Amino acid sequence: MADPMKIRANVVGDSTEVKVLMSHEMETGQRKDAQGKVIPAWFIQNVRVVHNDKVVLAAQWGPSVAKNPFLSFKFKGGAKGDKIRITWVDNHNDTRTDEATIA
Amino acid sequence: MDHDRRDALRRGGGLTLLTLVAAAGWLPRGAAAETWNKDAFSTKSLDETMKALRGSAPVASKDIVFFSTPDIAENGAVVPIGITSNVPKTESIAILVEKNPNMLSAVFDVPAGTEPSLSTRIKMGQTSNVYALVKADGKYFVNSKEIKVTLGGCGG
Repeated sequence: MADPMKIRANVVGDSTEVKVLMSHEMETGQRKDAQGKVIPAWFIQNVRVVHNDKVVLAAQWGPSVAKNPFLSFKFKGGAKGDKIRITWVDNHNDTRTDEATIA
Repeated sequence: MDHDRRDALRRGGGLTLLTLVAAAGWLPRGAAAETWNKDAFSTKSLDETMKALRGSAPVASKDIVFFSTPDIAENGAVVPIGITSNVPKTESIAILVEKNPNMLSAVFDVPAGTEPSLSTRIKMGQTSNVYALVKADGKYFVNSKEIKVTLGGCGG
C-alpha cells in the first residue's frame, strides 16, 4: 500500500482550492536498470476527486506525469468542514483513497 | 519457535486467500468503472492522438493560457505546467508533449462547477513543444508553448 496523499483544500472566495501531492514512483517503462533491463512501467492511470458524492475532477494519466504527482485546481462551492475524497488507481490495479476536510 | 511457525502459517494463509480473491476479481474496487484510453496514451503525434480521442483537428486558440509554466526547465523530470482554458463550455483539458516517447501526458475531465484551470507536473525527455488541448462543446482547441529542457527526465 502506497503512502497517504497530502491533500489541502481551502475555501477561496466562492471556490474551493484543492492541492494534492501523491506518493508514487511513476516509472515510465523507458528507463533501464544497471543490468540494462527495462524497468517496467508503473504509474497512476486514473485520479478522481469527489466532493459530496459529485465528481469535481477526473483524470487519466500517462507515465509522463512527474514522480510524486502534484495537482492543483479549484471548484465552485464546497464549505468549510466538507469532506473531499481523492482516489487513484495505478496500472498494477493498486489503489489508494484519502480524505481531507475543507478548511 | 512453534509460535513463530504458526504465526507465519496464518499470515501466509491469509495472504494467499487475499491474492486469490484479488486475482478472481472479487475484491470490490470502487474505481472498477475507471477507464484508461490506452490507444490515446500510445500515440506519437497530435494527429494520432486526435484519432484515438475520436476528435476533429484542433483549432489554434489564444483562449488557452499557460500559467506558472517555465520557458526553460532545468530538470526535465519535474516540469510544472499550469493551464487555464477561457474557451466557453470547456469539458476537458489535456497535456501533450511533442517529443516525449508517447505524446499524451494527462487528460483532465472538468465537470461543470470546476474551474477549467489546473496545474500539475510532468516529465519531459528533451526540449519540446507542449500542447494544451481543450475539448469544449464537442470541439477541440489547442495552444502550445515551447519549453527548453536542460536535463532530460525520461531515463538516460
